Amino acid sequence: MQRKKECVAMLLAGGQGSRLYALTNNIAKPAVAFGGKYRIIDFPLSNCINSGIDTVGVLTQYEPLELNEYIGNGQPWDLDRSFGGVHILSPYQAKKKSSWFEGTANAIYQNMAFMKKYNPDYILILSGDHIYKMDYAAMLKAHKATGADCTIAAIEVPMKEASRFGILNTNEDGSIYQFEEKPKQPKSNLASMGIYIFTASKLFKYLTEDDENPNSSKDFGKDVLPAMLNAGEKMYSYRFSGYWKDVGTISSLWEANMDLLGENPAFDVNDPDWKIHSRNPLAPPEYIGDRAVVGNSLISLGCEIGGTVINSVLSSNVVIEEGAEVIDSVLMAGTVVKKGAKVVYSIVDEHTVIESGATVGEDREKNAGIAVLGRNITIGAGASVAGGQILDKDYKGE
Amino acid sequence: MANSAVGVIFSNVHDENIPELSRHRTMASIPYGGRYRLIDFTLSNMVNAGITTVGVVTKYNYQSLIDHLGSGKDWDLARKDGGIILLPPYSDETDAPYTNRLEALKGITGFLNHRNEDYVVISDCDGIAHIDYAAILAYHEEKNADITMIYHEEEGPVDSGYFITLTAGDDGRVTGLKINPRIKAKAKSNVYMNMMILNREFLIDIIQDAVTRGLTSFGKDILSKNVDTLKIYGYKFEGYYAGIDSLQKYYQHSMELLDKNVRDELFGARDIYTKVRDSAPSKYFDGAQVKDSLISDGCFIEGTVENCILFRGVKVGKGSVVRNSIIMQDTVIGSGVQLDCVITDKNVVIRDKRHLAGCEDLPYFVAKGRML
Repeated sequence: MQRKKECVAMLLAGGQGSRLYALTNNIAKPAVAFGGKYRIIDFPLSNCINSGIDTVGVLTQYEPLELNEYIGNGQPWDLDRSFGGVHILSPYQAKKKSSWFEGTANAIYQNMAFMKKYNPDYILILSGDHIYKMDYAAMLKAHKATGADCTIAAIEVPMKEASRFGILNTNEDGSIYQFEEKPKQPKSNLASMGIYIFTASKLFKYLTEDDENPNSSKDFGKDVLPAMLNAGEKMYSYRFSGYWKDVGTISSLWEANMDLLGENPAFDVNDPDWKIHSRNPLAPPEYIGDRAVVGNSLISLGCEIGGTVINSVLSSNVVIEEGAEVIDSVLMAGTVVKKGAKVVYSIVDEHTVIESGATVGEDREKNAGIAVLGRNITIGAGASVAGGQILDKDYKGE
Repeated sequence: MANSAVGVIFSNVHDENIPELSRHRTMASIPYGGRYRLIDFTLSNMVNAGITTVGVVTKYNYQSLIDHLGSGKDWDLARKDGGIILLPPYSDETDAPYTNRLEALKGITGFLNHRNEDYVVISDCDGIAHIDYAAILAYHEEKNADITMIYHEEEGPVDSGYFITLTAGDDGRVTGLKINPRIKAKAKSNVYMNMMILNREFLIDIIQDAVTRGLTSFGKDILSKNVDTLKIYGYKFEGYYAGIDSLQKYYQHSMELLDKNVRDELFGARDIYTKVRDSAPSKYFDGAQVKDSLISDGCFIEGTVENCILFRGVKVGKGSVVRNSIIMQDTVIGSGVQLDCVITDKNVVIRDKRHLAGCEDLPYFVAKGRML
């Protein structure tokens, strides 16, 4: 008997994430830190393993080094399997031609051999841009129940924002009769989440046709899905009503971090029934000092807190010296805020040092925007970084 | 140096020193420092010295230890060759399970025979220190020793029920060994830290010899009686050492972790590996007041926590005040609770408005799973 996997997941993780500016200078968007100890890709990977899907291809292209190292052999997600498991799929040189992934559909098409190796009945397409918890097994069940060729996960978004999304126009039974990519006049507010389940044979057929079509931009939303709909394939929406957040912009990344705080957080990462797995930092418990004030915050292992931390999310090994203040901010691993420095309404990337007396960012109420500091930079003593400013080099404040 | 030694860890020795915490577990699996077990420090010292094969000798109560160690992957010891090897008691129709260290070693001669490393690093789990075994192995080689015993200088009487002191010459050669001597207050003595290095072939020989002669005590019959004939060297350890030989010492040494110098020495220079639980970062609510405390991941803190060590997944409710206490994994403290000098074992529930207090010399202990 040929060994097989019923469902193989393909995770599109090649995006540059240019709207995250300094945060993605050297790393792919799915590798961006989130929620103290996580990275964005932990969410789709955890969703996969929690849904019983143990075969995942991760398609990388832009700055894959850190992402590859992070995923490693997949052990933190229980995805180190002798048959299946997680695999990094990079663009490669082939006998006939070799090319970069040219679009989402082309990236999957180029890795047809990987999927076919598992003889799957279904292919789950995911992206590495979102924070959410979702049971893909329930979606797969719906896909089988409707007998669909393609099922698209969809969520209701505010009508005024609908024109930013791919919008699904559906019949009462959830079947899709029209697919509109970022429509100016949306007919519905049901947005595609970029999560698709295809019956494998249909996907392979349409990807091959798409590849042969010189006019195609090789994109799922723009090309493959409309082509299937036009050909009369059965396409259904799958309603999702939980928390789902695109963290592709500085403000949405900040908001999603803040959504973890409070007594009834909009998004709960501490759910024993749906654990979010990640590569854990090797660090002792955090130490909260004698004069520290910590309120409404998430603090990770290895932090040393001597000053004040309010409404903030701190990743591992962050140092906040006595007299320093951190308010409404997201600090990634290993950042140091020295004595008397103040960080307000900011995102600070890994291992950046804010010297004593420096100020970064401005109060939220001033509407100057979120200040962003890239990784491994130093903000000089007494320097002042304005709200909304984005820095990826050392700054002395002249 | 890397693969020149194999590790052997005794997980049950000294259990009797701290019955409160070892009733349902081995000494090795006693929780320590917020997210660790005692064995993590011993194992990490070995792993950090490049040792890739470690036999863990167990006798009883070892379910929690097996659960903790798993495949060994968290210590990078899930290996094709070697890795972590659990060594439960081996007995056949003629032998009962071991009752002393010599019999325990006899039980693992199969394991020792099958290895090809030159040296064996033997350690118990009752001491917490940053030990550089690579340096001590080099010392052992340089001295061409049969046995190198690691010791440190201690002032005053020793609490442990069984301990060894030694005297060493300027060249490090051990010249005298005493078992359970009476030590006066303020007197200084060299206390053996229950960590030693031996040549593997030599160890196998002395075990065989001891068995044929019916010897029972490694300390009395082998070390003490052969100081003159064997090349026993002492290696003086100068760093921070926490010997856990009573609940009081457990409490005292745990609290020393709130000192940055101690933390820097234990955690700063190298990694301490432990089983990961994928807990979320700890959550501090509005109104939480945390001072001078070590907090592990997965905690929810709404009340006041001062001078404490909180293990993973601890909840402290509104209006509760927890001071000078060690709160182990998944303990739930309701609201309006007051705790002072309390040690709660895992999964304890303290209901609303309860007040509990011990004192520094006699911390109040709440056993695993109790609900108060």
